[in-house]
Amino acid sequence: MSKIHVTTVVNGDAVEFLADPRETLLDCLRDRLGLTGSKEGCGTGDCGACSVRLDGTLVCSCLVLGVEAEGKQIETIEGMADGATLHPLQRKFIEHAALQCGFCTPGILVAAKALLERNPDPTEEEVRFWLAGNLCRCTGYDKIIRAVLDAAAEMRQEAA
Amino acid sequence: MRYHTPSTFRDAAQIAAGASGVTRFLAGGTDVLVQLRAGAVIPDDLIDLKKIAGVYDIARTGDGGWRIGIAVPGIALGAHEALRAEWPGVVEGMELVGSTQVQGRATLTGNLCNGSPAADSVPGLVAAGASVEVTGPDGQRTVAVQDIPSGPGKTSLKPGELISAILLPARGDHAGDAYLRFIPRSEMDIAVVGCAVSLRLDGDTVTEARVALGAVAPVVKLVPAAAQAIVGTALDDAALDKLAAAASAACAPIDDKRGTIAFRTEVAGVLAKRAAKIAYSRAKGDRA
Ligand SMILES: Cc1cc2nc3c(=O)[nH]c(=O)nc-3n(C[C@H](O)[C@H](O)[C@H](O)COP(=O)(O)OP(=O)(O)OC[C@H]3O[C@@H](n4cnc5c(N)ncnc54)[C@H](O)[C@@H]3O)c2cc1C
Ligand code: FES
Ligand code: FES
Repeated sequence: MSKIHVTTVVNGDAVEFLADPRETLLDCLRDRLGLTGSKEGCGTGDCGACSVRLDGTLVCSCLVLGVEAEGKQIETIEGMADGATLHPLQRKFIEHAALQCGFCTPGILVAAKALLERNPDPTEEEVRFWLAGNLCRCTGYDKIIRAVLDAAAEMRQEAA
Repeated sequence: MRYHTPSTFRDAAQIAAGASGVTRFLAGGTDVLVQLRAGAVIPDDLIDLKKIAGVYDIARTGDGGWRIGIAVPGIALGAHEALRAEWPGVVEGMELVGSTQVQGRATLTGNLCNGSPAADSVPGLVAAGASVEVTGPDGQRTVAVQDIPSGPGKTSLKPGELISAILLPARGDHAGDAYLRFIPRSEMDIAVVGCAVSLRLDGDTVTEARVALGAVAPVVKLVPAAAQAIVGTALDDAALDKLAAAASAACAPIDDKRGTIAFRTEVAGVLAKRAAKIAYSRAKGDRA
């Protein structure tokens, strides 16, 4: 199987890798680039643990081929904190204890960030619908939703 | 697996026509990749159509309709205000497909060509009277959407043929459409029954209607008898009952863990009534 050379930008850095055309973007991020923050929960688009942004659009990286990343901009969880400074969503997840095992957390953070850029003041229902494709087997979701709403309030500079 | 990135539909058709093994086109990939990962369908040739110019465009056609590119994902369709204002039923059908993440990739064309009887965007397209532009190695033809699915997982496209655009007709005045599905939860599930209604009014009277049902037969079905039940009426209770009866009579569903034959047959009638009422109020100018 001949591999294809892919040049792309991940979290602002130009990167290149060789991909078998059957490999997903998730496989390439984890196994070729060592970015293991994006998780594989299902591999079939159901759980959202692999969520990344592709040219700004929220997608499941398990449903994108690595070769489709050619010439694109990719954002992953690894690009969310600014050096040692956590993103408000990351901080609020810790404050609200919005994670237990943490497997779903990177995907939820990436998805929630995409939501708040589009809609800085979402209702609880809007948050729940937006995150319907991010499954969590531990928390029961309530703390996750509260953390997102609280982060949104802080980012709008309102106390929740 | 050979991965191709043709730059024209004609080239894509030629690659497909020349391929001897399992061939798939890649639009959003939300069906293709799931089938690939499951080992259900491992294509010998995978033809990615997203490098073809114009595949992400939504454009007004000369006759006042719309031409929708084959790679336009659900999220872009939903963000297009003018299209949503004219064809809210088509847009809401597509928006029911999967999660936010799936919406970032999944397309109308892929939903249609995957051939699922439960495909959520297809009843809306059929009710709208949409067609598709088909490109083959020898040229192009236009085909009504309801003539594309030919059985579960199958289409009437010939080897080497592919869809190069979805075409919606001009909406015209005093018209509305709607799509509803039944699922046991509120998100992320496959339709047990889906129903789309598109209609036009003259005053309070329905002058034209199209009714389409999903997940109650091997293919999405246009149901002329259901449309006839409401044409010439003001959608009064008697007309709605006839519509429901005609919709239920058109059902030939499977019996499975997600819905029995009796349940799907009854729900088809219920959804037809509800979708007709929404389409009617939209035709009256209701923007919801
Ligand atoms: C988590 C999840 C949830 C989902 N939920 C739903 C749901 O609620 N409702 C629903 O209806 N579907 C659902 N789906 C299925 C899928 O997302 C839809 O069918 C989607 O619209 C497929 O579009 P695509 O662009 O991703 O297709 P692709 O996977 O790219 O292609 C699908 C098929 O169409 C063919 N094809 C693609 N483009 C063309 C073309 N131009 N000409 C000819 N053939 C072509 C391909 O060869 C392939 O056979 C879900 C999928 C996932 C992973
Ligand atoms: S691993 Fe991609 S959605 Fe579950
Ligand atoms: S914290 Fe364990 S899956 Fe969400």
